[in-house]
This record gives sequence, structure tokens and C-alpha cells, in this order.
Amino acid sequence: MTKFLKRRQFITAGLATAASASGLGTAFYFADRYGLMPPDHTGIVGIGETLTYATQRLLTSGHSLAREFKRSDISKVPIVNGPHPTDEKYLALLADGFKNWRLSIEGLVARPVSFSLEELRRLPAESHITLHACEQGWSYIAEWTGVRLASVLDLAGVRPESRYVVFEPFANPNQSRTVVRALWESIDMADALHPQTLLAYGLNGEALPADHGAPVRLRLGRHLGWKNTKYLSRIVITDRRDLYRKGGGTWYGGI
Amino acid sequence: MISEANVEAAVETASTPRHIALVRITHWIVVLSVLGLLITGTGILVSHPRLYWGETGGVGTPSLIDLPIPFIVGPSVWNRPFHFFFAWVLVLTGLTYMVGSFITQHFRKDLMPAKADLRWNRIISVVSEHLLWRRPEADAVSTYNVVQRLTYLAVVFGLFPAILWTGLAMSFGVTSVFPILATALGGHQSARTLHFTCVVLLLLFLIVHILMLCLAGFWRSVRTMITGYLPQRERAR
Repeated sequence: MTKFLKRRQFITAGLATAASASGLGTAFYFADRYGLMPPDHTGIVGIGETLTYATQRLLTSGHSLAREFKRSDISKVPIVNGPHPTDEKYLALLADGFKNWRLSIEGLVARPVSFSLEELRRLPAESHITLHACEQGWSYIAEWTGVRLASVLDLAGVRPESRYVVFEPFANPNQSRTVVRALWESIDMADALHPQTLLAYGLNGEALPADHGAPVRLRLGRHLGWKNTKYLSRIVITDRRDLYRKGGGTWYGGI
Repeated sequence: MISEANVEAAVETASTPRHIALVRITHWIVVLSVLGLLITGTGILVSHPRLYWGETGGVGTPSLIDLPIPFIVGPSVWNRPFHFFFAWVLVLTGLTYMVGSFITQHFRKDLMPAKADLRWNRIISVVSEHLLWRRPEADAVSTYNVVQRLTYLAVVFGLFPAILWTGLAMSFGVTSVFPILATALGGHQSARTLHFTCVVLLLLFLIVHILMLCLAGFWRSVRTMITGYLPQRERAR
């Protein structure tokens, strides 16, 4: 009797393993097909990253909006994490109010374009009062003003095969290693076309301060601070998975 | 005096395991994932060892608790990714345990306290026996006492779901779909503080759990949770 039970258990376990293996393979195939695979899906950490990304992309489909707050909720001090670049090029731009700064939109677009700060300001502006939180644990509420990334991408004409938008800031050789990893970021099209995703040039009603990423920074409603690239200089639209980021940690890094 | 019930119980212990396979396997996966979560969670916490209430908080704003540890920011980059890996292992294992426990009636058979045991004098006597460091009687080893049952139920249905909720309440993606997860707790920072508080409660449970294992015989208890059976000579006793 026990022998029979053991054999039955053994067969059941074998079948269960085979079923889960083929199930996993099928899940992998469909996840990739429907854009539920993050670029860094390999390795032990990739398992958690993929589960998080796929779950959140299914949950947040239809542009779910990050919580917005009242003007009275705005924090007294918008906390700064790391000072602005100190290389000559950036300091020269800062000194004359970024008159010579241009933001270029390149890659998989019908019309590569570039914008001056003035030109960006002339595009339809909007403001969102949202929570900005660092992965370290601190957070503040602030009002961010800027132009929707979606509007800018529209002007450039994003090609249908695009998958990621890469944000390149001014490189800062003087910054510590922990800050360098936040210097180069990318997001998927779902985040790029999200209504709360701004190219922000204003903070709490004033021009974006240098330490907060002047002249223009990325502002994402549904991400932690490190994903909100500061000091933008170039935006590249791509379908390449290997361009997703520079530095440690995971790409989506959600939850 | 050997009652019929005792004989039946003795026969049963010889043929059915003390812990069913579902409980044994999920128990050890939970042990490993909780260990991973504690290590990576500590790594995240020490990058900003202050706790706040409400939505916001940071250096320069009033805090609720200042933990007496220095700010260690550098190595935190990989703590979050590993924290979420272990969180997924815990959540998926927890779901397997929950579903499996309803199917096998583990909750009803092993964890629901008997009505007769749900009296204060019964609970107090169990607690005082353990406080006096008295070894449980041999036949008591084959089942959970009322305090164990209530504690395990509280951990499974209270503490772990609370840890999951407070963790998810810190996620911008999740709160964009279910804002109430954060607002019901008082905000983003409140969720973080409560996440920490729940973990402190879990640590208290772990300390008592391990102390009780020592009382009942640490390695014997560990072996029973691996093999499912009490050691042979004890069963013969």
C-alpha cells in the first residue's frame, strides 16, 4: 500500500514538474510577446524584476494615475539628492540661464528634432502635485511643471517599433559612484506616454533649481526618484534591449 | 490509564506525519525568504534609518523614530532588487501554503483551537508552563497547544498579510491602481513605518518561536520539520 502510494506520489510530482516547466515556457513566450518582459529579465534578480514588471504592467494598463495632492500638502523643503554637475560645460550653461542649451530627440523617430528651453516652455504646459520618494526612504510632495513627454514624442513622430526611451543627462565626472548609476536611464513606452510623465522645467511655481536638475528633468508619477533623470541633454528612442541603463540595480525596480 | 483516544492517537502518530509535506516544504522556503528579506530590508533601512508619519519625511523634517544607527547609503543598490526577489518567493510560497492548507484542511485540523481550549485559564496555564521552562509532555508534542495555534493563526492571517500590504503601499505603481492601500494607512511614510513595525513583531515571534524550539529540543524539532516524523525512539516511548 505504502509502496503504491509512494509510486503514485512520485508520478504526481514528476507530472507537476513537467507541467510547471512547460507552463513556465509558455508564460515566458507570451510575456515577451505582450511586452511584459523587462530588458534585465535574466539571473536571480531578473526573476523578481520580471514578476514585478509583468504584474504591474497588467495592473496599471490603461494609464493608472499616481496619487495627486492639494497645494496645501506641498512640503516646505523639496529634498535634494546630490548637487548639480560642476564641469565647465554645465556651469557655462547655468551661468547664462541655459540660453544655449538644446534637448535633442533622436533614434526611431520620423523627424529628429531639438528644443531650446524657450521652445519647450511654449508647448502646452501642465502641473502635477505628486509625491517624490527616494529608494533610501525619504519623500516630499512638490508641484512639477513641464510639458508632457508624450507631446514632445508626438512632434518627433515615434516609429511603431519603438520600445524604450533613453534619457541622457550631462555626464558628471565629479560625482560619486553611487550617483553615477542614476545618470543614464530608460523607460518603456507605457511610462513614456503616461499622462503624468513630464519634461519638467518648473518646481513649486519657479524655474527648476540647478540641484533639482535644471534646465529640464524627467518627472515620472509612478516611479522612485532615481528613475527621474536630471540635467537632460538628449533623448533617444530605441527598440534595443541592451541600451536600457548604466549602473547597478534593476531597470524597472518597481514595487 | 490508557484511554481509547490515546491509543488511537498513538496509532495515528505512527502512520501519519507530525507535519504534512506542504507545511514542511513551505516552512523552509519561508525561512529562507524571510532571512533574505531581513538582510536586504536592513540594507535598505540603514540607508535612511529614520521613520516618519504621514506622506512625507526626510532629513530636516520631524521624525517619529530615529534609529541609533548611522546612515549607510553606498551598497543599497542591490538590496531592493534582492528584497523583491525574496518577496516574490515569500508571496508565491505563502499563496501555495494558503491554498494547500484549505485543501488539506491543515487550518481546520491543526491550527483552529478547540472551543474548550479558548478560555483564559487554559491559555494562562499553557503560557505559565512555558515560562517556567517545563518541557511539554510526550503526547503534547504531537499536536499544537492553544497558544501555538492562536499565534500561528495570527502570524499567517495577520502579520504576513500586514507586511505585504504595508510593503505594497510604498509602491507607486500599486498605489496608482489601489490608492487606498496607502491612504488607509495614513500615507507613504506611515506605510514604511508600519512595515518596519510589523517586521519588529515578526522578529519577536521568531525569537519566542526559536526559544520554544529549544525548550522542546531544538534539533529534534528541526528534524521533525524536515522529515515529518518524530524520532523513532520517542515514538516507541
